[in-house]
Amino acid sequence: MDTSLVTGLGYVVASGLFIFGLKMLGSPATARRGNMVSAAGMLVAIVVALLDQGIVDYTYIAGGMVVGGLIGAVVARSVAMTSMPEMVALFNGLGGSASLLVGWAALSPDSATFTLITIVLSILIGGVTLTGSLIAYGKLSEKLGSGQIVFRGQQIVNSLVVLGIVAGATLFVMEPTNTTYLYAVIGLALVFGIMVVIPIGGADMPVVISLLNSYSGLAACAAGFAIDNNVLIVAGSLVGASGIILTQIMCKAMNRSLSNVLFSGFASVSNEVTEIEGEIKPISADDAYYILEAASSVAIVPGYGMAVAQAQHVVKELSNLLEANGAEVVFGIHPVAGRMPGHMNVLLAEADVPYDQLLEMDEVNPRMDSVDVAIVIGANDVVNPAAREVESSPIYGMPVINVADARTVFVLKRSMASGFAGIENPLFYKENTRMLFGDAKESLGKLVSELSS
Amino acid sequence: MNGAEYLLFILMLSVFLGFELINKVPATLHTPLMSGANAVSGITAVGAVALAGSGEGDLAQWLGAGAVALASINVVGGYLVTDRMLGFFKKREN
Repeated sequence: MDTSLVTGLGYVVASGLFIFGLKMLGSPATARRGNMVSAAGMLVAIVVALLDQGIVDYTYIAGGMVVGGLIGAVVARSVAMTSMPEMVALFNGLGGSASLLVGWAALSPDSATFTLITIVLSILIGGVTLTGSLIAYGKLSEKLGSGQIVFRGQQIVNSLVVLGIVAGATLFVMEPTNTTYLYAVIGLALVFGIMVVIPIGGADMPVVISLLNSYSGLAACAAGFAIDNNVLIVAGSLVGASGIILTQIMCKAMNRSLSNVLFSGFASVSNEVTEIEGEIKPISADDAYYILEAASSVAIVPGYGMAVAQAQHVVKELSNLLEANGAEVVFGIHPVAGRMPGHMNVLLAEADVPYDQLLEMDEVNPRMDSVDVAIVIGANDVVNPAAREVESSPIYGMPVINVADARTVFVLKRSMASGFAGIENPLFYKENTRMLFGDAKESLGKLVSELSS
Repeated sequence: MNGAEYLLFILMLSVFLGFELINKVPATLHTPLMSGANAVSGITAVGAVALAGSGEGDLAQWLGAGAVALASINVVGGYLVTDRMLGFFKKREN
């Protein structure tokens, strides 16, 4: 049988498996098998690609696969769940750089204009994804400061880079044999990736990481056009669509437009100082215990602080003890809690919290007024009532978890410092709020030992 | 239908299909969705092997080999870490 027919059919099977695997990701019950179906699709695609008659030398391929596969396996096994955002950021960058290299390698002097355009696109998107992801990785892993880097004339520099890219890309397409244009495009794409991500602060990372996820798919898509391969286009556009949807969800959860996230941080919003009435009421672990012991309904609202304090396991212990005490316990998860979409869910799942106990914001809010105690652990902006009440607040309009509707709110917090966004939180001054100061893990540990004694 | 139009046709259909499917993924699985997407974006390995196996020993072959290595990290690492994560998700025992 003709090998090109085998290749074609193999890619059809692989695409089908990718699509089916993604469909199975629609429910936690089938998701794990879905991932395996998708992996089987990848295996089929790669085996079929290896049958290509144009391949005469397998040593480079084997070398690349062994090195890459080993690194991938070690990273996948050793990465801590708290570090998933960094890992995904890094992998976005790797995907982008692979597409950059494929686009570059696909270049030949007799390429058609359409092919040249797609080569430029795969190099551009791949390059931006590579350096953008490296910066995002640096910020998420705190190797770089997580704050915004803004300087005078930034917009002008960015505009010049964009103009340079457009000019370089045009010249390259017209004269593909001149490598100067090619290198200029690669260099400028790498610079642009850095410029795009440095002005974005830590709290906006869920948006950036979703967007870069999407870019890594679009880069693969462009590379698919460059080498005339349909399975790259199918897989690349599935990834691209996934990243775009997640980006939209994250933006909506912060009530901001994508361009607002990308081009202006919270810093540029005038931050009126509003007088907050009420006073901070601290509570000791002992007193908190008495209130919890009497509670029949508890909602736990975690944020990034829970991950930082590594408190997810002790949270699970607390939830077990409260349930043993007859209380109903649910977790309320805000879409942008944590540093990437779904981050809190994975951390709590790892700590053995069943997924049907994890409620989305829209499910937990309507039942908040029947909750006896809401426990806020390391979350700040996502429970800030200023988003509903203070029109001058920079986060006004952002959907938040309405913990203040619960009978009593415990806020576990290290100190009175503002959240990532640097916005005052009136929740701390509410009549029914009690502040449990200290390390979240220690505070929870005290509650756990009181409840279990 | 040939070349570019055919590929654009595939692009359009798969983008729509992608939107439909991913809108149905629940928020609780968004992190595994992203790491799974990392793995799928390793599909560039398919293109990279043909370039890395040309046997010409030129720049393109080295670039292809580099792309094979990078994409393999994504494929192997992405699927394994996603499987590890999805193994954590359990329903409440009754």
